[in-house]
Amino acid sequence: MKEQLQMIADEAMAKMEEVQDIKSLEEIRVLFLGKKGKLTGILKGMGTLSAQERPIIGQMANDVRNRLEDAIQKTRSRLAKKEREERMARETIDVTMPGTVIPRGKKHPLTLVLDEIKEVFIGMGYEIAEGPEVELDYYNFEALNIPKNHPARDEQDTFYINDKVVLRTQTSSVQVRVMEKKKPPIKIICPGRVYRSDAVDATHSPVFSQVEGLVVDKGITMGDLIGTLQVFAKSLFGENTNIRLRPHHFPFTEPSAEVDVSCWSCGGKGCRICRNEGWIEILGSGMVHPKVLQNCGIDPKVYSGFAFGLGVERTAMGRFNIDDLRLLYENDIRFLKQF
Amino acid sequence: MMKAPISWLKDFVDIKIDLKDYAHALTLSGSKVEAIEDLGESIEKVVVGKILSMEQHPDADKLRIAQVDVGNEILQVVTGAPNVNTGDLIPLALPGAKLPGGTIKVSKLRGVESYGMMCSIEELNLTKDYLPDAPDDGVYVFHNNPAVGSDVKETLGLEPVVDFEITSNRPDCFSMIGLARETAVTLKEQFRKPEIVVKEEGNGKASDYVSVEINNPDLCSRYAARVVTNVKIEPSPAWMQRRLAAAGMRPINNIVDITNYVMLEMGQPMHAFDLKCVQGGRIIVRTATENETITTLDGQERQLNPSMLVISDENRAVAIAGVMGGENSEVTDSTDILLLESANFDSKSVRLTGKKVGIRSEASSRFEKGLDVENVIPAINRAAQLIEELGAGNVVPGIVDCNPVKAKPVKLQLDAGFINRLLGTYIDTEWMLDLFEKLEFSVDRKTMMLTAPTFRPDIQGEADLAEEVARFYDYNNIPATLLQGRASTMGRKTVGQRMEELIHQQMLSSGLYETYTYSFTSPKVFDKLCLPPDHILRNTVNITNPLGEDFSIMRTTTIPEMLEVIRTNYSRKVEEGRFFEISYVYLPIEGELLPDEKKTLTIGLYGNADFYLMKGIIEQLLEQMNIHDIDFSPVADHPAFHPGKTAKLTIAGVTVGYLGEVHPEVAENFDCPLNTFIAVLDIQPMIDNADMTREYKALPRYPAVSRDIAMLIRNDILVKEIEGVIRQRGGKILEGVRLFDVYRGDQVPAGMKSVAYTLTFRSADRTLVDEEVNKVMEKILEGLKTNLGATLRE
Ligand SMILES: [Zn+2]
Repeated sequence: MKEQLQMIADEAMAKMEEVQDIKSLEEIRVLFLGKKGKLTGILKGMGTLSAQERPIIGQMANDVRNRLEDAIQKTRSRLAKKEREERMARETIDVTMPGTVIPRGKKHPLTLVLDEIKEVFIGMGYEIAEGPEVELDYYNFEALNIPKNHPARDEQDTFYINDKVVLRTQTSSVQVRVMEKKKPPIKIICPGRVYRSDAVDATHSPVFSQVEGLVVDKGITMGDLIGTLQVFAKSLFGENTNIRLRPHHFPFTEPSAEVDVSCWSCGGKGCRICRNEGWIEILGSGMVHPKVLQNCGIDPKVYSGFAFGLGVERTAMGRFNIDDLRLLYENDIRFLKQF
Repeated sequence: MMKAPISWLKDFVDIKIDLKDYAHALTLSGSKVEAIEDLGESIEKVVVGKILSMEQHPDADKLRIAQVDVGNEILQVVTGAPNVNTGDLIPLALPGAKLPGGTIKVSKLRGVESYGMMCSIEELNLTKDYLPDAPDDGVYVFHNNPAVGSDVKETLGLEPVVDFEITSNRPDCFSMIGLARETAVTLKEQFRKPEIVVKEEGNGKASDYVSVEINNPDLCSRYAARVVTNVKIEPSPAWMQRRLAAAGMRPINNIVDITNYVMLEMGQPMHAFDLKCVQGGRIIVRTATENETITTLDGQERQLNPSMLVISDENRAVAIAGVMGGENSEVTDSTDILLLESANFDSKSVRLTGKKVGIRSEASSRFEKGLDVENVIPAINRAAQLIEELGAGNVVPGIVDCNPVKAKPVKLQLDAGFINRLLGTYIDTEWMLDLFEKLEFSVDRKTMMLTAPTFRPDIQGEADLAEEVARFYDYNNIPATLLQGRASTMGRKTVGQRMEELIHQQMLSSGLYETYTYSFTSPKVFDKLCLPPDHILRNTVNITNPLGEDFSIMRTTTIPEMLEVIRTNYSRKVEEGRFFEISYVYLPIEGELLPDEKKTLTIGLYGNADFYLMKGIIEQLLEQMNIHDIDFSPVADHPAFHPGKTAKLTIAGVTVGYLGEVHPEVAENFDCPLNTFIAVLDIQPMIDNADMTREYKALPRYPAVSRDIAMLIRNDILVKEIEGVIRQRGGKILEGVRLFDVYRGDQVPAGMKSVAYTLTFRSADRTLVDEEVNKVMEKILEGLKTNLGATLRE
């Protein structure tokens, strides 16, 4: 019987060496360990054994069973692994094929720039104010120290609705509306569309966007203006950006300054984009003119303030290297997709 | 724009630094240098040559061979120019010379070697304005006998010209003297005031020849006249012509050139009349009469009116004051006695008159900015001096000076503390006082009282003094600070602004590209939109001075611009497009000055799109904004939309807008494809009804039971109505109603459709049993049958 057990074990082990799939392995298991299997068959013959032999053979049979079960288990995992690997090999895909896209639109480049500007100033404690585009002459001009027949009105080539109403030429009109309603401290930016009767070409548009900033409080200085613009320029054009202020004239600020940033393309060495100057003009600014404060019911002896304004189109064109302003209002999707 | 030849500035101030540094320094002190044009920049190795002999080229009819003396050698030059001859002095570009057109090399012309090129003014990049004696065609020939072999750059006085951008508040800087003064203060150099000495030698006194009356002292504060006899009209000397040309003015004759020269140098426009044509020898400064006309120097007849100031003689206007002279008193070759005018006219009056008659001259553009009353006499004397020096005539002794309104100098107390507080600086008072002295303020150091010079109309208050200090201190030396010590404010967006951002984000998520379009449009778009003549949207805000009809009204609808966007892309063979824009429409309000500016969300889709895509985009937006009480209803009342494929969106009973397919006729009018879809929605009611409060509801603990139903129903009954009945009958346990099939066709009788739903039922507190659900289902079916005539389909 011993020999028989040994034979069964050897036979089973040999079959397991050769088995190729889990189904055949199962057949082997049934053949040897099943209810009608060979090992079971042998154990049924145990009754004929002597009491002395019985425990020895029983022990042996158990050992064989355990060995076989263990071997089946191992073979099974070997086969499973093999099958998994074969399956995975069949499943291999070309990962260089294009991905499945959930279509998403894109923001217009002007919005991208506007959003960045808003973020910078909100971070500095500003609020966003809005006002009408079709605006009273008073808010667009008179309150801003540009009375009727002032030469600055010519410079701005205004669209008129009638002699009291214009299309605003600057978002500064919103400043006045805010100052009339709100007491200092005031810290706002006013983004919005403005209008000037410039014929359409690569650098001009009769409709464009501006962001105006205004701070009014006790003890606001020109140094504060410069510091604020430095932070702004660095946030928008990069940490290495410098600014340069040049005296200029605006009727609603005094002192007034035009502000250049160091060229974003060449960093100030001079290139085609900055016309070899190393600097690019991006905004106008200054200390709020005492007359403007007065017009809004704010005492210029107690309060001072600064204001600045920049063209969004110009900034976007600089940021994205766009050479023709008309592209921004043409809305060719092949253009819009690039941002 | 003011062009200043560098030598002219150097008459009044030393400029010892490199011109690039000069430009930078002046830019930072407020006189922005736009460019430095160097007339001789691209010319090198071009010298004065003398033609010693000329002979015909043996092999070319049109070429001649010249021997040219260039001082240290004699060169053989082949030329095709017919206008030069032996003895002529000409500009010769030597081998290796650089010209704007390229470098000159020794070359062979039909077998004969040529060691240079004779130049025309075009080849030297000059114009006839700069060299009026140049021939129209051919090589330039010198007439002023320059030294043979000398560099033509020096001979022709080719020099750098600085282009300044001058702001409108600084009329004094529209002159060489003004710019020299700024230069002197900026560079810390001495400003040399011009010395004006007039040699008077005519007969009698000016007042013997002419009288001046000013009828409108408010419009003319000063009028000075001088008389010149024995006038000899001829070209002005070359140096004067060159300076005028370099400064951008065309030389005419000595008298006109002198008036222009003085204007450029001193900033005071001048005019010369032929005194014989000034009837009665009387100058009357008055307003024009109704229906008066004058023919101006440019030969055009101008209609005048009583709002305009004119210079008149006894009988008629001889000039429009400060704007342009009249043809009737023009200086001509036969003029032998003339009247020189130097006057101060009111800036507004000149500006308005110039605008009305349509003239903007060098003179009027200066008067418009407000000139210095005190400059009138120095300027007329400078002109007299030049007339004398140039031998253009004899200056009669005396000036007729009528000055009813005197200059009122502005006095301001210097408060250095105020200035430092405004700038955020610690500049000392002495520095400021010295500065104001250099700027020709009169300074009382005891009282700190400053009197602004009369040529500085921009100095009106303390802030203006602060600007003077800041710009010469250099703005960029002011220490940058960040609102130190001020109470901090909170930066934030309003609810409306945050909502708008959400709309933006949701549109992007739906695959839409953002557009920007103009806010004004053409009134013709309403016909293209097929709107009837009395349609409300035709009531517009109109621009009185538009850039053309296409931009003449503020839009009352954004549909045309969105169709325009679609047309642009479609015409460029882009197969599909999905767009949105957030912008305003402008709706007039009866009795109000300003219109209602309504913020609008516009969506446009074409190619691979249908109504339900559009609706889905909007539904998802409303879902994101957590807006309830939404209704989409079919409408056929908007002429721009397809009557069978359009819905009106209402939220809480308020109409928000339309969505649907563009009417085929409208699509055709705009060259858009059929199956173009547009939505126009008011943003405000969406924001008003958005619910941003969020509250957690417990997840369901008991299973749902679902049932499918299919019914036959009349085709014209809306799904919305069916669902209404289902929900009403379904009661509390009805959780979801999902449409999964609508079918019309073979298996369905004509005029009917088959509609199928999956309904889900659930209770929050127990597991539903079949009987319960069955009972509700029966109620639903009963409702569908009685209310809508539906029959259940097996
Ligand atoms: Zn650059």
